[in-house]
Amino acid sequence: MSVRLQREDFDVSAEVAALTAGRTDIGAVVNFIGICRAGPEDDRISAMTLDHYPEMAQAELERIEAEASERWPLQGVTVIHRHGRLVPGDNIVLVVTASMHRQAAFEAASFLMDYLKTRAPFWKKEERASGTGWVAAKDEDDAAAARWTTKKP
Amino acid sequence: MKLIYFAWLRERIGVPEEEVDLPAEVRTVEDLMQWLSERSEAHAHAFENRKIIRAAIDRRHVKPAAPVAGAGEIAFFPPMTGG
Repeated sequence: MSVRLQREDFDVSAEVAALTAGRTDIGAVVNFIGICRAGPEDDRISAMTLDHYPEMAQAELERIEAEASERWPLQGVTVIHRHGRLVPGDNIVLVVTASMHRQAAFEAASFLMDYLKTRAPFWKKEERASGTGWVAAKDEDDAAAARWTTKKP
Repeated sequence: MKLIYFAWLRERIGVPEEEVDLPAEVRTVEDLMQWLSERSEAHAHAFENRKIIRAAIDRRHVKPAAPVAGAGEIAFFPPMTGG
């Protein structure tokens, strides 16, 4: 289980290999990769800067990871979140979950992302031709996180 | 007590963090936001829409009713937009 916050990019294959190396008990690995999008054609994003609260982001992601491990039988989890200035096409976040079976790996990855979006202290500021501004939180992210409080595996 | 601000709260207040001595009547996070909003025009602007502002005490999310007594570090920030 590991959580990392970093400026630099990550290598998905290397992260999967690190989780599965030398093991024969893992039957399913799910990756989620969040990528910086350019947005609508008439008002494209030229770059975004990710602000974060480093000590709390690390602690909160570790708490979220611990909760996922309590809910699903996971053999490994890796969460990497980048910060600093990113441009469209850049990777932002990686979640890797490893389990014996696919359902646990899929669900845990989905849970981790839903909780990360609503609980991990990161904030995006977008640069567009029309100006620079902080991204507003979306209600659907709260709704996505709330479904895990009623639906348990 | 150390206060830390992030995203547009930091921009509006103009500093990333500040040390404050709280009067005894400031008991909760909600009280603290009220007290801060009276400190300067910049603070008032930052805390004008208190319903959407989130807080963390010693790096854990808390509700507005949470007591501030004994806190080492209180952070204020907008709803999160990571991922």
